[in-house]
Amino acid sequence: MSRAALAQGAREAAGVPAAVLAAGYMGFGALAAGNGLPLAYAVASTLTIWALPGQLMLVEAATLGAPFVAIVLTVALSSARFLPMTLVLMPLMRHARHRGWHYYLAAQLLALTGWTAAMVRLPDIERAERLAWFYGFATVCLGASALATAAGYLVADLLTPLARAGLVFMAPMYYLLILLGAIRDRVVAVALACGAILGPLAHLVTPQWSVLAGGLIGGTLAWLIVRGARRRG
Amino acid sequence: MAELWLLLALCGLATYAFRGLGVLLSGGLRAESEVFAWVSCVAYAMIAGLITRMLLMPTGALAETTTLERALGTGAALGAYFALTRKNLFAGVFAGAVAVWLLRVAAS
Repeated sequence: MSRAALAQGAREAAGVPAAVLAAGYMGFGALAAGNGLPLAYAVASTLTIWALPGQLMLVEAATLGAPFVAIVLTVALSSARFLPMTLVLMPLMRHARHRGWHYYLAAQLLALTGWTAAMVRLPDIERAERLAWFYGFATVCLGASALATAAGYLVADLLTPLARAGLVFMAPMYYLLILLGAIRDRVVAVALACGAILGPLAHLVTPQWSVLAGGLIGGTLAWLIVRGARRRG
Repeated sequence: MAELWLLLALCGLATYAFRGLGVLLSGGLRAESEVFAWVSCVAYAMIAGLITRMLLMPTGALAETTTLERALGTGAALGAYFALTRKNLFAGVFAGAVAVWLLRVAAS
């Protein structure tokens, strides 16, 4: 494991990615405090689930007293996106020198922020150093988010609804800009466009299944469009 | 209280199931294969769909903002990111957040 690559990944995360994640997780910590959950519970959910949409659903549903099975299914569905994400990312990090369990540990550290950054940066990093870079990047993201969850919980009373809306808005903007800025080829551009249209449409039909359905239909459509264009060209 | 912790453990396991399954399946997948291209398209489409859904049909604290506020905030973020700075993520994200916050303060 290369220490230089580990430190490099940590340095790259310590700027904007950690700051923006911290803003989102401060909002989450404040929400958990408002719903009467213990501080340890809020921080533990960041460390174990490590996916903001799933955590928001858990906290909201648990407070409303929704049935156990319903909550677990909703969180599971919201986390289904991790399957294609790890599927795409792991081959980029594979190297004969790494033991198998490394990939399973890296999978737990994976979240949307680390994934988008890794998809952009990994091709420029030497293959043997990629896993170390990712460990550094993802650990700083997770640590900053856990601290921010606690901080948001503790300053919950100071955040007005006006300030909270601005904080929460940072999360979609961060994802929007990093995805638009990362467009390198036509495949990504077509997939993003198809998903952007199909996601909200799927939400109108079935809110609980919208992320999964919109992604599957939009992604398949994009794949067919790109393949068709390649065959003709 | 014990029930809440059990619930958290189950939700954590359910989330990890998808992460672990992705690692398991990725072993037999070549980066150049058509399956890989399809899965990659699905992953990008899922995230793009989630973001546009959050902006067009928000829940939670974001639902307190109007569609116009979110549209102007998005415009400010895109403008700061692509036009004013050379893809400075920090500037873009904060321009969006500050724009929404100012619009909300002005409206209240």
